[in-house]
Amino acid sequence: MINELGTWFIFFSPLLAFVLIGVFVWPFIGKKSKLSGYITIFAITCSTILSFWALGSVIHNGQAIEIDSHNWVKIENIEINVGIMLDELTAIMLVVVSSVSLLVQIYSTGYMKNDGGYSRYFMYMSLFTASMIGLILASNLIQMFVFWELVGASSYLLIGFWFNKPAAAAAAKKAFIITRLGDFGFLLAILYLFFNSGSFLANGLNPFEVADINNAIALGVISSSVAGWVAIGMFAGAMGKSAQFPFHTWLPDAMEGPTPVSALIHAATMVAAGIFLVARFFPLFEASKEAMMVVALVGGITAIFAASIGLVQNDIKRVLAYSTISQLGYMMLALGVGAYSAAIFHLFTHAFFKALLFLTAGSVSHSVGGTFDMRYMGGLKRLMPWTYGAVMIGGLSLAGIFPMAGFWSKDEILNHAWHSSSVVSDVVFWIAIIAAFLTAFYMFRAIFMTFEGEYKGGAKSDPGMDVLEETTPHESPKVMIIPLILLSIATVTVGWLVNPLTNIGSIPIHWFADFIHVGEGHDKVLAFNKVLAVIASLIGVSGILLAYLIYVSKFRVLDRLPVKTNEIYKILISKYYFDEFYEDVITRHVFYSRFATYLDAIDKSFIDGIVRTVDRIGRNIGRLIAQIQTGQLQGYGVVTSFGVLLLFGIYLIFR
Amino acid sequence: MDGLTQNTGFNGLLTALVFLPFLFALGILIFARNDHHVRLMAAVGGLVELVLSIAVFIAYKKVESGFQLIDRFNSWIPIDSFRVDYFLGVDGLSVPMVLLTGILGMVAILASMRITNRVKQYFIWILVLQGAVFGVFTALDFIMFFLFWELELIPMFFLISNWGTGRKDYSAMKFIIFTFLGSAFMLVGALALYISVGTFDMTALPELVQSGIKLVIPAGAIFGLLFVGFAVKLPVWPLHTWLPDAHTDAPTAVSVLLAGVLLKMGGYGMIRVTASIMPDVMAGLAWLLVAAGVINVLYGAVVTVRQTDLKRLVAFSSISHMGYVLIGLSAIASKGADAAAVGLTGASMQMFTHGTITGLMFLTVGMIYDRTHTRYIPDLGGLSNRMPIIGLAFLIAGLASLGLPGTSGFASEILVFLGAFPVWAWPTALAVFGVVITAGYILWMTQRTLFGHMNSRWEKLTDASKLELVPIVMLVATILIFGIYPAFLTDLFKISVEPIVAAVNSSSEILSR
Repeated sequence: MINELGTWFIFFSPLLAFVLIGVFVWPFIGKKSKLSGYITIFAITCSTILSFWALGSVIHNGQAIEIDSHNWVKIENIEINVGIMLDELTAIMLVVVSSVSLLVQIYSTGYMKNDGGYSRYFMYMSLFTASMIGLILASNLIQMFVFWELVGASSYLLIGFWFNKPAAAAAAKKAFIITRLGDFGFLLAILYLFFNSGSFLANGLNPFEVADINNAIALGVISSSVAGWVAIGMFAGAMGKSAQFPFHTWLPDAMEGPTPVSALIHAATMVAAGIFLVARFFPLFEASKEAMMVVALVGGITAIFAASIGLVQNDIKRVLAYSTISQLGYMMLALGVGAYSAAIFHLFTHAFFKALLFLTAGSVSHSVGGTFDMRYMGGLKRLMPWTYGAVMIGGLSLAGIFPMAGFWSKDEILNHAWHSSSVVSDVVFWIAIIAAFLTAFYMFRAIFMTFEGEYKGGAKSDPGMDVLEETTPHESPKVMIIPLILLSIATVTVGWLVNPLTNIGSIPIHWFADFIHVGEGHDKVLAFNKVLAVIASLIGVSGILLAYLIYVSKFRVLDRLPVKTNEIYKILISKYYFDEFYEDVITRHVFYSRFATYLDAIDKSFIDGIVRTVDRIGRNIGRLIAQIQTGQLQGYGVVTSFGVLLLFGIYLIFR
Repeated sequence: MDGLTQNTGFNGLLTALVFLPFLFALGILIFARNDHHVRLMAAVGGLVELVLSIAVFIAYKKVESGFQLIDRFNSWIPIDSFRVDYFLGVDGLSVPMVLLTGILGMVAILASMRITNRVKQYFIWILVLQGAVFGVFTALDFIMFFLFWELELIPMFFLISNWGTGRKDYSAMKFIIFTFLGSAFMLVGALALYISVGTFDMTALPELVQSGIKLVIPAGAIFGLLFVGFAVKLPVWPLHTWLPDAHTDAPTAVSVLLAGVLLKMGGYGMIRVTASIMPDVMAGLAWLLVAAGVINVLYGAVVTVRQTDLKRLVAFSSISHMGYVLIGLSAIASKGADAAAVGLTGASMQMFTHGTITGLMFLTVGMIYDRTHTRYIPDLGGLSNRMPIIGLAFLIAGLASLGLPGTSGFASEILVFLGAFPVWAWPTALAVFGVVITAGYILWMTQRTLFGHMNSRWEKLTDASKLELVPIVMLVATILIFGIYPAFLTDLFKISVEPIVAAVNSSSEILSR
């Protein structure tokens, strides 16, 4: 069984890699040193091995492993501790994060090979991995918030990795600020919990310990309305981090970062942190019907909203970004209807197949000279067979086709939504069905545009790129293909292997759903619903077929429709004008040009104006008094005599 | 009481700490033959002070709490009716402030090595300034405290008006007049206390005043007089308008000291004097503190967004960040001891962390200005290309300033919020929104200066030299160490905070009976 030191080392290993590269490799060995890649890969390999060990220990133990925490700050009776919470959720998340991170790092050594910031890249990637693992391990709310913000900061650094690109610098800032807006809610939730610290302390609980907060509901320490408000505040944080509507705008822009970063951070792991947060405090959310309803509705809206924008995007990474937002919406929706294990199962499978899809996008872009615009790709099927195979597996999984991982987890979610007792379950069920159709369509639209038809010149044809030389598309190097193969294998197998319909060898039926659970009586394991599975598959297939009809077949449906002038198309391609509303209307117009400008003017003219007026009055009085000081003795003598007389008079009167 | 009998003796460490800078200044005046000698002697002076301040940090025994390292001669001014003692000592509140002054003093001296104009005078004034600030943070006799408080103005005036930029004479004069006005009120308050209870001993004043002695003027009036003096220094809105001018026009090292240390004298005074001596009055007026704090935070942050001069931007952000000190102090009105202690500790910690963070910001802005000769943000951009190290340091300062966990900025802000929220839920929630605006202006600033396309004018810029690296590393290390393990500081601050909280609680218990 893994001990405390071993568990901490899952976190410290990438952190040490970060420090080592930061203070040693980057300044002294070289900004492009291959050593940094090796250090990172070695460190994350250690983490991966230990993560599997931790998972094995939790399975073996049959329940969470108790690990003592340590004091960080103590003031009077208030203690903020740091510790490890090693339960089923943590163990699964550790395995997902460390193994996907490891594959992405290996891929990166090929993808970033010629980049001037090679060492800096691996330094940030190590920092991210450490922070993400820190977040997963945290047993304390404040500790969790610390790493929650640190993953945000590493995401900021990596989105803005190519800081010379103004778009990258702007996207990094945008990501940080929008997630911060959500964190405002998270912070208020923490404060509101502390507000109730009296009742926590009276019951021997700590208002910051995750386990204590979840127990507080059962023990009746906090009422369901308090739980509801805390849950909603936390959910605001989760919405920011997981790019839920209406905080979704940062994630598509975050694609300005290097593609492996998008795969690891903005698809597989960090953006799932919001789901993790809700799952972590699931008893708290369950205590309030309203909070659960909000989660389900926001998830549902996000799922269909993002999918609809994904239909018209031409940048392959943006298609995947909207797809990520939509899939995160699915997970939130699942949590909202009480399908805890289904949500985590989808998080688990999605991490593999979405990382796979992003890495194939990187592989494609790598081969066509750097562009991500699908209008200038096409015909890559024969030129890049490995990548094509990988993208088909990933795409089928995303579309929910048997036997890919996505089929199993999506089916679980639909099944739970169908059987849920939640007020909004019907609404979100149908939303989920429609979104599934849209998903299959946009994914295969992207695949067909990229791989079918004829090659359209790649980066050279793209007016948005400054590329002059012709590039011949070619398959990517082995170091990039091997991670694709491994992720493909995972995508094909993990679905039925970890949550099987019957006992497979030593893996019992519904292993995952049984393993991931919160307490007794919650979220019963549902029997596999054959009818639903068939319907969902048909919907997926029809989406793919439609995409085939429009983009591959000779029918040329697209040419006959006046799509580009269509109002709906305009709204979709403009992403419902959210960026314009946030950036132009609210930020620039209302906040900057009005509010901040007026306040600045008030400060300069009014507040400082008062100061200047007082100053002027003082000077004028001084000047007046100075005029009396003429230096003429006669004058002084007269004034003095009058003064003496005056005093004498007063003396006589008041004697 | 035990505490009173302990407060005698002569240890010598603090006397050395306070007066060595003056000796070094004198040494430079007499012995330095050329600018090189001056710089060397000043650097040695700064180093000695840094070592001494670390020695104070280590020598203070947390378990024993109370005032320690006492240096005291009774009746330093031996007039029967006006007894002033020579009385230095430190407690949990002043130890971190001393350390802060030691660190920033060294940083300021190292950051001044490029000064070529009247080098001798410059360093003399810097050392005198440092000595005076050490005096403020260690004096325990009110008159001594006041003398050091005023002494600090003289070097400040000359440093800004002689070595500054822009409207330096105006700014220096504005700074002087504002502070003088404030301290005039403070002096009246101090005298009123003396006339009432007959001592300037700051360790004895709390107990005497709280024992219910009749005061010559109402307690609220004394509180107000004292508070105005500190409020100007912090600064509290609307008494803040001297700050952007003084910070912007001062030379780099002086901005570092001004924002890093001198503002903290205001917050230090609020805790050492007003909160300690009259905690119940302060608790009664806490609504004013929180109101002013919220205005400082939000108003400061919004106005910061509009600034186009790098230094002015950082200056306005200081106003915003000092609001957190006020909000933390407002937790003194809490019914429970826990929240009040957390809030006051957070407020104290915010002073320390803001000192190091803004110190690093002004330092790096100064380095950028040295190279580009402009602070106008739209002219900059892409600087990280040519100066990755300065850029990284500037970014770290920015991230710490917006309260990124792992840096000390987070630890102090979260404590402030935690402490104040149970008492002032809605105002605190408003102030928490300040962190969003802060993220906005900080990241917008770094985007426009460090990232994006680089102007071809900046092609030849050089990165930090080895000498410049020293203060950067010192400050970054300080920010990270206390961010990763804030208990190094909170364990100290709570020593001073606990008696205040206890006093508030006992007086409110008496009232409720």
